[in-house]
Amino acid sequence: MSWLDQAAKGIKALTRKKDIPDNLWRKCPSCSEILYHRELERNLWVCGACGHHLPFTTEQYLELLIDAGTWQETHRGIVSKDSLGFKDSKSYKDRIKASRKKTGKDDAVLTGKGELEQIPVVVSMLDFTFMGGSMGSVVGEKIARALLDSLRDRSANIILSRSGGARMQESLLSLMQMAKTSAVLARLRNEAIPYISILTHPTTGGVTASFAMLGDVIIAEPGALIGFAGPRVIKQTINSDLPDGFQSSEFLLEHGMVDQIVTRKELKQTLARMLRWCVAGRDVSVRQPIRG
Amino acid sequence: MEWKKKTLWLEFELPLVELEERIQTVQDSADVRGLDVSSEVQRLREKAERLGREIFAKLEPWQRVQLARHPRRPTTNDFIQHIFSEFDELHGDRMFRDDAAIVGGLAVLEDRNLMIIGHQKGRDTKSNIKRNFGMAHPEGYRKALRLMHMAARFGRPVVTFIDTPGAFPGVGAEERGQAEAIARNLREMADLPVPIVVVITGEGGSGGALALGVGDRVYMLENAIYSVISPEGCAAILWRDNTKAADAAKAMKLTAADALNLGVVDGIIDEPIGGAHRDHKTVALRVKAQIQDTLAELEGLSADQLRDQRLEKFLAMGIYDQVPSG
Repeated sequence: MSWLDQAAKGIKALTRKKDIPDNLWRKCPSCSEILYHRELERNLWVCGACGHHLPFTTEQYLELLIDAGTWQETHRGIVSKDSLGFKDSKSYKDRIKASRKKTGKDDAVLTGKGELEQIPVVVSMLDFTFMGGSMGSVVGEKIARALLDSLRDRSANIILSRSGGARMQESLLSLMQMAKTSAVLARLRNEAIPYISILTHPTTGGVTASFAMLGDVIIAEPGALIGFAGPRVIKQTINSDLPDGFQSSEFLLEHGMVDQIVTRKELKQTLARMLRWCVAGRDVSVRQPIRG
Repeated sequence: MEWKKKTLWLEFELPLVELEERIQTVQDSADVRGLDVSSEVQRLREKAERLGREIFAKLEPWQRVQLARHPRRPTTNDFIQHIFSEFDELHGDRMFRDDAAIVGGLAVLEDRNLMIIGHQKGRDTKSNIKRNFGMAHPEGYRKALRLMHMAARFGRPVVTFIDTPGAFPGVGAEERGQAEAIARNLREMADLPVPIVVVITGEGGSGGALALGVGDRVYMLENAIYSVISPEGCAAILWRDNTKAADAAKAMKLTAADALNLGVVDGIIDEPIGGAHRDHKTVALRVKAQIQDTLAELEGLSADQLRDQRLEKFLAMGIYDQVPSG
């Protein structure tokens, strides 16, 4: 299949609207308001009553953020391998197989290139539906390759995170993906290639403690759970109740850990403004001595 | 006494400890009475050595976890004392406070000036409370980073000692950006212009360990462990039963031999028979020799060569399949 066909297929998948019956509805998990699917779809799956952001798929984010017809998926066919022969109540091999079948995806990340308001961007998006968006060798490798693409093309990088953290079934190899992705980010930083990290619900563990917290700008969706340790673990460790709103986007903003909380509706234009600010500034790479 | 003994020694090493105590008793009573028991003592010593080899030849991963956490295991301060001729500890992150779960400072090893940084556990309840059991807060990682940047400015190599159950999971730690502090260390260590030698001496617990672990060379003591989550944590999540920690330890491939096999560490430093806790000095001298050999090897490399090789090293980590797509 040529790249053109692939791109065309991608566009078709992105623009296809499902037929949604008028009477399909669900309750807002935050305020219990009755929400009709048709209206939710129009409102980017945000509750019209309380502003709660319901889960959004990777494809929906692509349609929201990337200019129509510009998306090209990259680094396909990189798939997980059960290198440790890991088995808990189920074998890792079976878990991968079941997740691939359930989601129709290779693994928990999608990478590609496209344009965002005509600005060329390289994008990685984690997918929580595939083993909780956990980072094993595949997620680390694809994100690292996408970052290297940015480095080579000198185009901005965006990573959209939602993940339970490192994938336990790949043990140490998962842990090392934190070092791998962060090491490439050092290069982007030295080369002044902009990297924006978007944190969505939920982002925890090894993903937070690596690329997710290393953006030149860090944006959070409203009401997302963002943290290093999970709230249950912290509660057990300190043996007392957690403060209200602990580890929410709003909590992180208050403590200086994210730059802005941005709603889905404003996400694309905000990213575009920020990226335009970053690219093609003054060249500051040559330092002049203070005295001749 | 019996209770104390059980808390200071592990179940599987007790036969060896008891035999050694018996040798001491025979020797002591013979000394008092002026008897020659040298052949009996010799026989018992040989027996003890055989027993030690037997016990330690077939350790289960869970037993290594216990050895890595042994209350008598040498800590970073023990290694510092045995390895370096000078050490000036430097305190604080200049932002919030000094975190005693990480120590660091200026050290001299023979003719080399180095920056030393390591997790610090306590040895009893009081010192463990001070050291927070070796579990650092963000300010600990930020102190470590401050010292690494200082090493970079003055062109001194960095040596880190890793021994932590993990980064501390608490409210203050989250408020002050535990994840950000760890992530920043990973990025900055990858980019440091001076050699970095990492030695995992005890527990290499997750991101809290890796935050001092991005080096040009990474070594592990024979009975150290390195893992993405504690065996107890893994058991609680995947088995929904934290008493299955021994099973999790086995499945997670967390021993030094496993880490070497996966390409995550570059070498294993042997421990004396019976484990590092039985002879701090011997194991420290082996670590010292490894640090010296490695620094001799790295010193010829330029800052850019170090950075490039370090990036390549970590880019190569991970195992996956590439299947035809389309």
